[in-house]
This record gives sequence, C-alpha cells and structure tokens, in this order.
Amino acid sequence: MQRGLLHLIFPHPALTVVLLLTWCLLTASVSLGNLFLGLLLGILVPIVTAAYWPDRPMMRSPLRFIAYVFIVLWDILLANFEVAWIVLFRSNRSMQSNWIVIPLEIRHPEAVAVLAGTITLTPGTVSADLSQSGRYLLVHALDAPAPEQTAREIKHRYERRLKEIFE
Amino acid sequence: MIDIALTIALVAVALAQVLAMVRLVIGPSSGDRILALDTMVVNAIGLIVLLGLAQGTNIYFEGALLFAMLGFVSTVAYARFVLRGDIIE
Amino acid sequence: MILQAILEWATVIALLLGAMFTIVGSYGLLKLDDPMKRLHAPTKAATMGVGSLLAAAMLHEAAAGEVSVNEILIMVFLFLTAPISANFIAKVAIHGRTCDRPPAPSPDEVWGTNDVELEDIPEPKA
Repeated sequence: MQRGLLHLIFPHPALTVVLLLTWCLLTASVSLGNLFLGLLLGILVPIVTAAYWPDRPMMRSPLRFIAYVFIVLWDILLANFEVAWIVLFRSNRSMQSNWIVIPLEIRHPEAVAVLAGTITLTPGTVSADLSQSGRYLLVHALDAPAPEQTAREIKHRYERRLKEIFE
Repeated sequence: MIDIALTIALVAVALAQVLAMVRLVIGPSSGDRILALDTMVVNAIGLIVLLGLAQGTNIYFEGALLFAMLGFVSTVAYARFVLRGDIIE
Repeated sequence: MILQAILEWATVIALLLGAMFTIVGSYGLLKLDDPMKRLHAPTKAATMGVGSLLAAAMLHEAAAGEVSVNEILIMVFLFLTAPISANFIAKVAIHGRTCDRPPAPSPDEVWGTNDVELEDIPEPKA
C-alpha cells in the first residue's frame, strides 16, 4: 500500500528530476522560489500525463548510460569532420551510398529508439525505418563501400553497449 | 579578434541560409523542400544566437528556443501531411 | 587574466568551427544529387554548427565573468529532435519514391511505414 501511494504521486521519478532541471535551466536561477515551482511542475506534469505512458522505462545501469552518452558525443564530433570532408571533397559519383539492413538483438522500445537516434547522429548514417515486428532497422549510409562491415561496426559499437544497459 | 570571427560567422550563416533557400526553390521533391525548411530553421537559430552574442545580451535566448520548438513541430507536421494527407488522424 | 584570454580564443575557435559546419551543411544540401544523400549533410553538420555557435555564446559569457547555462537547453533540444525530423523526412523520400527502393528486411516482413507491400502502392502522379 505504501509503495502504491508513492507510485501514484511519483509515476515517473526520472521525469520529475528532468522537469525540475529544465525549469532551473529555463529561468537560469536556482532560488528557493524557482526550485519550489520547478518541483511543483515536476510533480504535476507526470501525474497528468501518466495515463499516456503506463510503463516505467527501466534502465539497468544508469552509470553505463552516462559513459555511453560520452562515447556518442565523441563520435558525433568525429563524424561531423568526416561528413564535412565527404561533402566538400568527394564527387557525387565516387560516393557509394547504400541501404543497410541491421538485424536487431535488442527488443526494448527505449533501447531501439536510443540506437536509432545514435545512428542518425554518427558517421554518415541515417536510420530511416523499422520493420513491422521491430526486428530489423533500415539505415541509409552516405559512403559505405562495404555495407556488411558498417552494420557489424554499428552492432559492435552501439548495440552491444545498449544491450548491457537496458537488458 | 572576436569581432572578426563574429563577422565571419554571421556572413557564413547568412550565406548558408541563401544556399538552403535555393534548394527550397528548386526542390525537386517535397521531401527536399521540407529538408530545406528544416535546415533554414536551424540556421535561423544560429543567426539569432550570433545576434545575441554581437549585442552582448541574453535577451534573444527565448526567441531561439521558441524557434527551435516551432521548427521541429512544423517539420514533423509537414512530413506527416505529405506521408498521410492528414496531420492528426 | 590568462584564463580570460584562453576563453576568448576558445570563443573564436568555436565561432569559426560553427560557421564552417553551418555552411558545409547547406552546401551539401545543394551539392548532393539524391534526396537520401541530401539528408546527411544538414542533419549532422547544421546541428553541430549551431551547437558550436551556442558553445561560443556560452564561452563568451564565461569570459565576461558571467555563467550562462540556458544555451544548453537549446543544444539538448536540437540534438534530441534532429534524428526524429531526419526519420520523418527519410520516410517522405521512401514513400515519394524519389530515392532508390530500400531492400526488404526479410522475405516474410515489410518495413513499418509500409502497411502494404511497396508494389501495391500506386505510383505518385507527377
């Protein structure tokens, strides 16, 4: 009963913290009044929207997720130089753009969403579609002479880590 | 030093805006036009931030944030309209 | 004093980097010849370019002795929404048949946006 009441007031504790942080960033101050208002929003908004997402997304190891975020940020930085180089100095004909089909091992919707976002923000790849059962991801690569190898790299670098984090 | 870099950045972003506008005009498909509009919104945020930097004020922050939100929603709405012929089904 | 000089130089570098990425993004949008290829340049370079410009604004404030954090909010928002818009535009390109047809995921499955097989969708009118 105790746990049920707590769950009723805080349907999504993580969302409460994120909303409080967003409010403080938005007003650019951490005065007592702003903290109180942010906390009020952080409690009210999850309760009002709780009906739309009944499941609480589970993350097994948040620490590893933070490490993952830093790996991805570093990759985004490198990827941008790579894409800039391709755009500036390669002719359209010498680019080998390809569709890549990646068979997924992860099943959690949150994990697949994070993977798709990661793929779009990193080296020359954009995730375009998911198969109806959610077992395959369609990716478009700007310059991939060997699609199989690119798929293997993505699976090894990102999907393996996400599998450890979410499952 | 910062003034020179600021001028270079302003000219570059304005030029980028013009390039995106050319793509918006020549198309050829609706997907290209949506992409061009999305790029123009992102570039406009860059211009607003640079303006704030040049005038040394923080007052344009809300404008940039609103532009980012409105730009995202309109891109999704355009794309959904082209995909489904309807925005909210 | 030295710290201030370092911050100012960092501002200059971030500004130039942002300018370069922004213009590369729009140049790629104009140069590349296939709708799916065009998607790559703005989604990555333009997002990164504006990210650099926002970083420059933050560094500039820091050099003036003020702490400004609300640029982070715009940056996070842009980085979260860029993949979603890119995904929608990719679907528009696939449905409008303006790019190469993607391969089927496996013999007994179709892609999520295609409620029916691609063969069953009538060709769009010009």
